[in-house]
Amino acid sequence: MKYKKKVLEDVIQGVFLILGMITVGFVLLITVYLILSGIPAIGEIGIGNFILGEKWASTASEPFYGILPFMLTSVYGTAGAIMLGVPIGFLTALYLAKFAPVKVKTSVEFVVALLAGVPSVVYGFVGMMVLVPAIRKLFNIPDGAVLFTAIIVLAVMILPTIIKVSITSLEAVPKEYEDASFALGATPVETYCRVSVPAARSGIAAAIVLGVGRAIGEAMAVMMVAGNVANMPHLFGSVRFLTTAIASEMSYSSGLQRQALFSIALVLFLFIMLINAALNFFLKRNKEA
Amino acid sequence: MDPIMTVRNLNLWYGKVQALKDVSMDIQERSITALIGPSGCGKSTFLKTLNRMNDLIPDVRITGEVLYNGKNIFDSSVDVNELRKNVGMVFQKPNPFPMSIYDNIAYGPRTHGIRSKAKLDDIVERSLRDAAIWEEVKNRLKKNALGLSGGQQQRLCIARALAVEPQIVLMDEPTSALDPISTANIEKLAVKLKEKYTIVIVTHNMQQAFRISDNTAFFLLGDLIEYSETKKMFTSPTDKRTDDYITGIYG
Amino acid sequence: MIKQRKIYIIAVKALMGISISITVVLVFLLAGYILFKGLPYITWELLFTSPSYLSEKIGILPDILNTIYIILATLACVLPIGVGAAIYLNEYAKNKKIVGMIEYAAETLSGIPSIIYGLVGMLFFCQFLQMKTSLLAGALTLVMMNLPTIMRTTQESLKTVPQSYREGAFGLGAGKWRVIRTVVLPGCVDGIITGCILSIGRIVGESAALLFTAGFAHALNGLFEGLSSSGCTLTVALYVYAKEQGEFEVAFAIAAILMILMFIINFVSELVSRHFMKIRRV
Repeated sequence: MKYKKKVLEDVIQGVFLILGMITVGFVLLITVYLILSGIPAIGEIGIGNFILGEKWASTASEPFYGILPFMLTSVYGTAGAIMLGVPIGFLTALYLAKFAPVKVKTSVEFVVALLAGVPSVVYGFVGMMVLVPAIRKLFNIPDGAVLFTAIIVLAVMILPTIIKVSITSLEAVPKEYEDASFALGATPVETYCRVSVPAARSGIAAAIVLGVGRAIGEAMAVMMVAGNVANMPHLFGSVRFLTTAIASEMSYSSGLQRQALFSIALVLFLFIMLINAALNFFLKRNKEA
Repeated sequence: MDPIMTVRNLNLWYGKVQALKDVSMDIQERSITALIGPSGCGKSTFLKTLNRMNDLIPDVRITGEVLYNGKNIFDSSVDVNELRKNVGMVFQKPNPFPMSIYDNIAYGPRTHGIRSKAKLDDIVERSLRDAAIWEEVKNRLKKNALGLSGGQQQRLCIARALAVEPQIVLMDEPTSALDPISTANIEKLAVKLKEKYTIVIVTHNMQQAFRISDNTAFFLLGDLIEYSETKKMFTSPTDKRTDDYITGIYG
Repeated sequence: MIKQRKIYIIAVKALMGISISITVVLVFLLAGYILFKGLPYITWELLFTSPSYLSEKIGILPDILNTIYIILATLACVLPIGVGAAIYLNEYAKNKKIVGMIEYAAETLSGIPSIIYGLVGMLFFCQFLQMKTSLLAGALTLVMMNLPTIMRTTQESLKTVPQSYREGAFGLGAGKWRVIRTVVLPGCVDGIITGCILSIGRIVGESAALLFTAGFAHALNGLFEGLSSSGCTLTVALYVYAKEQGEFEVAFAIAAILMILMFIINFVSELVSRHFMKIRRV
């Protein structure tokens, strides 16, 4: 009887272990698939031509597979979104975490959560219907579906992430630091800006890195507003991101072209892994501080 | 000697709970005033009233007045930041900012508008010397203050408070988180500081109050029971409750 | 106070004011615009019919059903895995390396963009496992995506189950599995529910991961038939109608429906977390 019970407990523990390891399995599955399907095309095209090639013409009779335009677009687009979204998000978080009355705080937090829940196609759709024509008129360009439009949409999309993570890290600043500053005759603004913000800097850095991850991985919204042409990036030109390069040709691609798309996914994956490493670095430092 | 601060009929409520009841006392310039009493007696609350740190707690209501430089500190014309610059504070738990030692000391002067590097260097050295910690840290001013020991951190916090040139330094049980040797260092420091500054210290350590203070105030449940010269209070207290407390009957 | 200080303080306050206004106004403009443009086109006919090429009318009933099917299928798979993994981490795991590995894997999963999930889902489920483009393949792809969410929320609430409950149950001679079943699991119901709500939100909003796994079909199917055939969820339908077919009225209507759904989901999750917090406090 006792023996039977022990076996049963062991079996159950084994089942839970397997359930736990499924997560690891998924990561392995994704990594292995991306590497296996991404490497061949890079080999065939040549890593130099692939990474540094400035021309992408996958369906031409003499095709070019250079993804430099996509990489640069993704980098510029993300950087632009960060430059727009981070100051707004960070200052909003600072206000909510340190100055806002409780009622204002909870209601704005609810509103921000709502913003986080809006599906990316909805952002893309509104961008397409409102921003694209507005930017065409405003800057007097032939088409408003340009990098600049995508940057605005991405900036809005990363706002909730920046706000939420910044609030959490600002609220984690020990009250003792702030008291010490008040006792020296600093005003609330001075105290929160010069003591709390530096004390929370790792957490705020983590917020920015998370925002970078979200912006660089976004596909559908930018697909609908960036014009989707494989140009080298220009603020007021149609561009294609790493993500949209995959999405826009996947449905009709074949052969080397299709394989090259997998290679793009591999490059995107490497970007994301780099960002994850940066995130871990900041989060770890946050814990130590 | 003229008092530097005069408290008159001070009452304080946290919501509906009255934490201070009609407290009146004078604080003598360049002396050490100790506030003693069992926990929850209102001594820390009283201390924090003197530089209006209680303003930061919601739901606090205060009546009565605290005269400083001939003006009631609760008067609407008083700039609370200027008050706190003149009435500095050292907390129970050492709380240096997570920055370099130098930046910790320079924080206050910078806040009050001093930008010149030479001036700041000067203030940093003077404050650290005054707080008797200069020799220990002069070679690592750019290192993070959190790397110091607890006792060093507390002296750094004292130096930080001195850097804005206050007249009065409030100390809220500054040694309760420290080991005996660090405690002795802080006590020595406090005695040295009264040459230049007025010190008000909350302590739950009877011996400490006896060793370092000139005057002692005994609080019980929000009332100021007795306030007199320290020697007198510890040798011949007039109130029975003071006697009971000093001889260790409660808390 | 010197002038410089005053200017600094006013500048910071002004910047904060501007930022918070931008954030709030943005949300209201976005929501207001979508509802204003979309609500008039939400009709019974749109909600309860299928699209027909003959009558040139568009109905989104199949898309609504597909969305529900894919939510059900995803949750049915991800709940046991996610809750099980959380229980393993919190109750069984002693080996720090394994815990670290699983947690690192979960973090990695939550950082991967949905387009990559879509790609791998297509390669693995649709092609390698020969599920073809189907709701089931889409749901399995979403299982990978939502696993970290369910794991995290369950783990968080497991940590709040007091150790004394477990000790009490062990003290009565109960085996580990019995303790988990009777004491631990009931204690983490709130985390599981929160995880479900968050996941439903993500599933409803997802598009990139479904494009190449679940496909675009608008056929009206039952649950099991639906899972094995290609089908498009509301969000994917919005993309298709807006970008490929230029049916903006329908797209606005779907966008408005999605906004309302998101509002409800957020509201419910707020209510649920408040409800559980109240229970905790008692």
